[in-house]
Amino acid sequence: MNNILAVSSVVMREMYRRKDFYVLLILTVLITLILGSVNLFNDSNIVRYLKEICLLLIWISSLVIAITTSARQIPAERESRTIFPLLAKPVSRTEVLLGKFLGCWLASGIALVCFYLFFGIISAARESGWPLGSYLQAVTLHWFMLAIVIAIALLGSLVFAAPSSNNTICFIVIAGILLIGRHLHKVAVGMEQPSRGILTLLYFLLPQLGWFDVRERITHNWPPLDVGPFFLALAYALVTASVFLFAASWVFNRKRLQ
Amino acid sequence: MATVINISDLRVEYPSRELGSKTKVAVDGLSLDVQQGQIFGFLGPNGAGKTTTMNVLLGFVEPTAGNATIFGVSVTDKSARQRLGYLPELTYYYKFLTPEELLRFYGKLFRIPKAVLEKRIDEILAMVELQDARKRQIKTFSKGMQQRAGLAQALINDPDLLILDEPTSGLDPIGRMKVRQIIQRLKNEGKTILFSSHELGEVETICDRVCIIHQGTLREMGTVQDLVARHQCNLEQVFLRVVGYEGAVPSRPGGVTV
Repeated sequence: MNNILAVSSVVMREMYRRKDFYVLLILTVLITLILGSVNLFNDSNIVRYLKEICLLLIWISSLVIAITTSARQIPAERESRTIFPLLAKPVSRTEVLLGKFLGCWLASGIALVCFYLFFGIISAARESGWPLGSYLQAVTLHWFMLAIVIAIALLGSLVFAAPSSNNTICFIVIAGILLIGRHLHKVAVGMEQPSRGILTLLYFLLPQLGWFDVRERITHNWPPLDVGPFFLALAYALVTASVFLFAASWVFNRKRLQ
Repeated sequence: MATVINISDLRVEYPSRELGSKTKVAVDGLSLDVQQGQIFGFLGPNGAGKTTTMNVLLGFVEPTAGNATIFGVSVTDKSARQRLGYLPELTYYYKFLTPEELLRFYGKLFRIPKAVLEKRIDEILAMVELQDARKRQIKTFSKGMQQRAGLAQALINDPDLLILDEPTSGLDPIGRMKVRQIIQRLKNEGKTILFSSHELGEVETICDRVCIIHQGTLREMGTVQDLVARHQCNLEQVFLRVVGYEGAVPSRPGGVTV
């Protein structure tokens, strides 16, 4: 654990010394504040639109931070050749990988807290209540969803040679899962075999990232999820991330470093 | 004297990129050992198999056949790296870290107690003359300063064995002199050093024993004085003769042209 924590501390230090996070936070703040300052269509429910847009920006920003941070970790180590002095220390490749994962996940978690704090302040300013339970649940689910995304991006960084191609592929895959993946089984019902079987199988194979999206509940002030489904989703995230990390470790341990 | 490095009948094959050939032999039947307190020069032209052999010693590459041990421990065991320091050729360390943070990170991987580590950082930064730059990010460093930061990271665990891959490559004369002085100081402290370099004058000055490998096989091994006496020419000429550039070497006294 000592080695994993040491590697993760470097990843976190990198994140707060780079400007990506600050730029995304400032952009989200600016866009939300500008939208909040105009009273479109004299709609009294404008605060819901504002919350919806702010949450969408938070989701996009968090995915950008998580994917770009994790996708560059190992390729950057190889490109700058720091992987050699690092692995010449008494540390295994699996520990390096887990350290990278933990660092990216914790860094994304800190970024999420900042984003959701801003969101909380904005919605509290426009609405009288502050449903802390719902917000905490949303942040937690969002953070655990990012664990799966980070594990996928780390695996991708070991499979695809260039970080840029890995970034693009990860964004497409994650966006595809979030937008289409959750509806695949419904689409499959109206299809003939074998397409129906293939699509259904794909639905069950793809990580169910949609389970972690509780934006609607926040926007419409619905009550939080029950404890059972909430913890089931968290456990699902840990298991899925572990599967991708196991695959990444397998690839990394067989990768020739030259 | 105790044997620090033992390489026995080592063979390393890589998948070949050439059409019609499945494998490329990078190292073939290499056997050598390095004794405690020696500075061992590891020489050979580019592509001779020096870096591959070092990569085996560092556990980056698994040998196809044969074995290698460091302090009697198989190089595949990560504990073999506990008493080892490694300076790779042309590495750009984490540019967002300061040398102090870099050393603290690597020190944690060796589980050095905090108080001991802080003292060690002060000593090493003084040794490599980076104490004035200890709070500056590495991205602001010159090439010579980066190389000295690299040497500092190789020394953080007070290693008994140092593997230096072309430590003076790309440095200006002052940078070379500083690195050479540090190596000389380490030699005086009784460290064992495996040293790869194309600067044969430097090797002649520093090394106790040298070996010359060419096309993956050991061609010559002995003390610098032995080789010079046997071939009756300087080390550079010995090297050229061994790797097949006989025409570039002046004739031996006695009129025999080689």
